[in-house]
Amino acid sequence: MLYNEREGRIMSRLIITAPGIASIQDIGRFGLQRYGVAPAGAMDAGALRRANTLVGCPVGTPAIEIGPLPVTIEVAGPPIRIALSGTPRTLSIGGEMAPLDQSHVIRDAQRVTIGSARGGMFSYLCFEGGLVCESQHGSGSLDQRAGFGSPLRRRLQAGDVLEVPAATAWHNERSAAEPSAGPACQDVIRVILGPQDDYFYPETIDRFLSTTWRTALSSNRMCYSLDGPLLAHAKGYNIISDGTVKGSVQVAGSGQPLVLLADRGTIGGYPKIATLASIDMDRFVQIPPGGEVLFKAISVEEAQALLRTSGARASVTLREASRYPRINPTALASANLAGLATNALDPAAFD
Amino acid sequence: MYAEPRLLPCGDSALSVEFGDAIDETVNARVLSLDRKIASQSIDGIRETVPTYRSLLIHYDPFVTTFASLKQDLIPYLRKLELSRINTNRAWSVPVVYGGEHGTDLDDLAAGNNLTPREVIERHSSVEYRVYMIGFTPGFAYLGGLNPSLATPRRQQSRPDAPSGTISIGGEQTALQSVVGPSGWHWIGRTPLEVYAPDRNPMCLLDPGDIVRFYPIASESWQSERERCAAMIRDAVQ
Repeated sequence: MLYNEREGRIMSRLIITAPGIASIQDIGRFGLQRYGVAPAGAMDAGALRRANTLVGCPVGTPAIEIGPLPVTIEVAGPPIRIALSGTPRTLSIGGEMAPLDQSHVIRDAQRVTIGSARGGMFSYLCFEGGLVCESQHGSGSLDQRAGFGSPLRRRLQAGDVLEVPAATAWHNERSAAEPSAGPACQDVIRVILGPQDDYFYPETIDRFLSTTWRTALSSNRMCYSLDGPLLAHAKGYNIISDGTVKGSVQVAGSGQPLVLLADRGTIGGYPKIATLASIDMDRFVQIPPGGEVLFKAISVEEAQALLRTSGARASVTLREASRYPRINPTALASANLAGLATNALDPAAFD
Repeated sequence: MYAEPRLLPCGDSALSVEFGDAIDETVNARVLSLDRKIASQSIDGIRETVPTYRSLLIHYDPFVTTFASLKQDLIPYLRKLELSRINTNRAWSVPVVYGGEHGTDLDDLAAGNNLTPREVIERHSSVEYRVYMIGFTPGFAYLGGLNPSLATPRRQQSRPDAPSGTISIGGEQTALQSVVGPSGWHWIGRTPLEVYAPDRNPMCLLDPGDIVRFYPIASESWQSERERCAAMIRDAVQ
C-alpha cells in the first residue's frame, strides 16, 4: 500500500500494458493562446464530463483520453474506482464484460481491457479522486509541442505507471449515466458562417452546405480534413493570418476544408468559411475517418440560444445502477441534478 | 485601415475585431491598444484575447454573455484607442548563426534575389524589426520590417521539422520560430537564444510590440552564446 504524503491519501498504481493512442487530457489550458499555445484538452468535452461525474470528480478533472486503438491496463495495489465514457467499444474487467457510462471498482492485479472504438474516436477513463497531476498553467493536458503535460510530457507508453487514489468505499455501489447520443455518422453538424465567408462566392457556400463530406484518414487532434469537392476561393487563399478557434473551418490553398481542433495552430493564414457550433462539437470530433458529415448554417444567436437551453454544461443525469438500491451522494452532489431547471443566464448556476 | 472596425463572429464563443486588411504598423497598434484596454478592465464573459496583425480575437463564455451584448460592451472601448505607445519599448538583441547547417536555404535565397549570402546577412541584420504577433506554434514570432530586397515567396511545400530557433523568410516577412515545427518558409539562420521555455517565467520572452535586432555570430560560438544567453535570462528573471 502506498501513502502519498503530498496528496495526503492512499494511492494505488495503474500499469499501462498496451497504450493504444492515449494521453492525459482535462478541460484544457486557457490564457496562453496569445503565446501560440493552443488549449489542447479533451476532444469530446461532454464525454469527459460524464466520466468525471460518474466517479464523483469535479467536471474537468484530468482523465486518460483513449483514441480508437485498444488499451490494456492493470491495477497494482488497493482497489480503484473507474468510469469509461465516450465512443462505443468493449470494456472488460478481470475477463468479464462491463458496461460503459457506469462506475466500476478494479481490484489488485485485475486487468482492464478496452477494445477498439466502434464508430467513434475517443473515450475518457476517469478515476475516483482523479489522477496525480501537476497543474501547468491551469491544466495537466498533454501538449507535446509546447512542452506541457502532467505527469508525463508525452503520450502514454507500455510500462508507464500512473498513481491513482484508492477508492474511498469499495462495496458494489455503482452509478450510471444516461447513454450518449451514439455515433455521429451521416449526421448534421451546425455551423456559423464566417469570419471570412466573404472570401467565397455564394455558390461555393451553397456547395459547402449541400455536400456530404467524408472525414479524411489523416484526421488527428490538430485537425480533421474533409474529402469532397474542392471549394474555390473568390479572392485568393491568402488572408492576413489571424486567430483560430476550436471548430474553425479553414479552406486550404488546394480548396480542401480543414476543421481545426484542440491541438490546432493558434494562428492561420487560410480563409475560414465557417465555425462549428459548440453544441455539435462533441458529436463532430467522434466522427471516425471516412465518416460522413453534412453542415447546416445557423445564426450565432441561434447557436447561443441552443447552447443555453441544452444544459450542455449543467448536468450529467445519473441513475442508480447499484446492486443494492443506494445513492452515491458524492456523484449526485457533483452532478448538479437541478442544473436542467436553473436559469442558464445565471453564471452561478454552472459553478 | 477600415473607417470602422468590423466585429465578426468566430463561432458562438469568440469574435474578431478587425481593424484593417493589411500588415501595417498603425493597424497593429490599434489591435494592441484594444488588447491592453481589455486587459485593464473586466468585461463580463471575456476569457482570453489573441492579438494578431490586423485583428484581436476575443474568446468569451457564451453562458455568461452573447455576441450581441459583447459587441455592445466593446463599443466604448473602440471609440478612443490611444496610439501613443505603439511599441512596448522593449528591444532584444538576438544572436544568429547565418547559413551552413543552421540556415540551409541562405545560399538559394541569396541567388534567387541576385545577392551574395553576405549581402543577405548584412541586410537582414542591419534593421530593427517589430514583433507583430506570436502564434501558430508556441512562441513563433512574426516580425515586420524586412528589407524588400530580401522578400521571397513561400515554398510550395511546407517542410515538417524546422529546428527550434530557426530564423526564416516567407514573402515580405521574417520570423523567429522557437519550437520544432512545420514551416513553408526559407531557413536562413538559427539563434541559440531560447525565446520560449515552458518551465520558465516568463515562458515566452517576446511580446507583440517588442523590437528585435539580429546580429551575426560564428557557428563555432553557438554553444558559448547559448550559455551566455541562458545566464542573462536567468539573471534578468531573478
